[in-house]
Amino acid sequence: MKTNDIILQTATKVVLFIIVLFSVHIFFAGHYTPGGGFVGGLLTSGAIVLLLLAFDMKTVSKILPVNYIHMIAVGLLFSIGTGAGALLFNVPFLTHAFGHVELPVLGDTSLHTATLFDLGVFLVVVGVTMTIIQTIGEDE
Amino acid sequence: MNNLIILPILIPLITGVILIFFSKNIMAQRWISAISAVITVIAASMLANHVYRDGIQTMDLSNWEAPYGITLVSDMLSSLLVLTTSIIALAALFYSFKSIGEAREKFYYYAVVNFLLVGVNGAFTTGDIFNLFVFFEVMLMSSYVLLVLGGTKIQLRESIKYILVNVISSALFVIAVAYLYSVVGTLNMAHISVRISELGDMGIITVIAVLFLIVFGLKGAIFPLYFWLPGSYYAPPAPVMALFGALLTKVGVYSITRTYTLFFYHDAGYTHQLLQILSILTIIVGAIGAIAYSDIKKIIIYNIIVAVGVILFGVSVLTPESLTGSVFYLIHDMNIKAALFLLIGIIIAITGTSDLNKISGLINGYPALGWTFFIAALALAGIPPLSGFAGKIMLIRSGFENESYLGAFVVLMSSLLVLFSVMKIFIRGFWGTPRAYKNEEKAPVKWLLIAPAVLTAFAVLYGFGTEAIYPVISNAAETLANPEIYINAVLKE
Repeated sequence: MKTNDIILQTATKVVLFIIVLFSVHIFFAGHYTPGGGFVGGLLTSGAIVLLLLAFDMKTVSKILPVNYIHMIAVGLLFSIGTGAGALLFNVPFLTHAFGHVELPVLGDTSLHTATLFDLGVFLVVVGVTMTIIQTIGEDE
Repeated sequence: MNNLIILPILIPLITGVILIFFSKNIMAQRWISAISAVITVIAASMLANHVYRDGIQTMDLSNWEAPYGITLVSDMLSSLLVLTTSIIALAALFYSFKSIGEAREKFYYYAVVNFLLVGVNGAFTTGDIFNLFVFFEVMLMSSYVLLVLGGTKIQLRESIKYILVNVISSALFVIAVAYLYSVVGTLNMAHISVRISELGDMGIITVIAVLFLIVFGLKGAIFPLYFWLPGSYYAPPAPVMALFGALLTKVGVYSITRTYTLFFYHDAGYTHQLLQILSILTIIVGAIGAIAYSDIKKIIIYNIIVAVGVILFGVSVLTPESLTGSVFYLIHDMNIKAALFLLIGIIIAITGTSDLNKISGLINGYPALGWTFFIAALALAGIPPLSGFAGKIMLIRSGFENESYLGAFVVLMSSLLVLFSVMKIFIRGFWGTPRAYKNEEKAPVKWLLIAPAVLTAFAVLYGFGTEAIYPVISNAAETLANPEIYINAVLKE
């Protein structure tokens, strides 16, 4: 029997975006304040889990047609690539580059390749969490 | 600065990640993993050559100087172990192509093998105690997957035991590192060694040494912490068993060797005495198990435990000669265990059973298999021209010179029992009246025999080339005997 959960679904549609925005904020805040790829990734997967609770698996995979196992691999490639990129410049593995860059809209921004490493962590965390939840959820 | 050190870790890591994308395309997986394994062997041999010519190589990851960042250190011992690991992994992969089965191959088998290789090579190379823990976990998690992959009943049961034991030992590892950190305030292995010698004679250091012995003893299966090994290693298919038997316990043995020669050599009267007693008991228990069973897998599994005891006996004696013997024996044993597991894998593929009572007369149909097994068995026992001899003779001689008569005698006797246990397989399995087995036609024996035959040939070359290899091995043992060499190379004082 399928009950009518319109309140849950409507609330999810509003809350989802707040959670996603918060997770992105947490992700970018990682260098100077608490946060980073790991919590950011967990929050994003939390948002997707909320979507899974409000709707069913098929709907969610239609909204987000992502192969989460490939997402893990892409995330790993980001992190390894950031580390291995150092090899091209003949410095030890994982040596990061950073500096202040003048961007058109944002102005003076400090950029650091550690963010790319963190992006890899973020993708792996989302991929792993969602793979675990989906695999268990789909199991009949 | 030398990025060559990281290549044996980085190449399998990237390969493993790339293989995730090709999970359904078996041919692509085979080709990619084979090519990357060959490149890893080349990189590892270049590294070993480099270390031999120019001394210990270090690399500060992220360009942070030695005690502050993670340092990768490749001395002769670790580079030799990385090279041996890469060769064994190549052999096991080659063997897997025809034996592991499509179902496993489609379920990320090759990716996980590559991750296992990352963990093992990383654990051999790292110079940071917490990073060692991380690489242990990389290795163990891959081994959990390899153990359970396939999902037969015995695999499920044994992986629960295996995971339980290893989770507990990993927790103990973290606790041990926490104790050590609270005493010395550093994680870099060379720096820890310096700090411990500054502290001098402190009781807590001895306690931590024993705690580390328990942790690594659980990983490396010494008496009385070996109880999980015979069951767990019995469950997986042959190439996985070869990887486990050749690599996993040896990482524990390497870690004991490293910590007991680099950190905890100040109170040797207590710690090394304890290690010696445990290693002798390990040999005895292993030998009893090896002669007790008439199951070919169980016999070889108990031989792992014997070898762990023999190697650690050399470490406990702590003289340059005994350490040389240990290193000699360690490398010989990794190689020959992989060969033996792959060989009994072929026997099981032909006969469909591992019960020795149901096998006989294999020499008639499979002479090449039989004689390869015969040579490998003699090499395992340490018959003179073959590979097990040189290490054992050094261990026994240094044992007698240092008045560890009981230990030396047990090592000597263990050879006899090991020989008896493997010859039992040869005599009862290969001699006698031939029988018909139902899997006989299906087993691709010729293909499968290539990898163990090459490994056995290595064992023969290693034995005959003892004279040529000796300077390399004694170079490795010299670093173990004089920790200052290691410390100076890392901290660049």
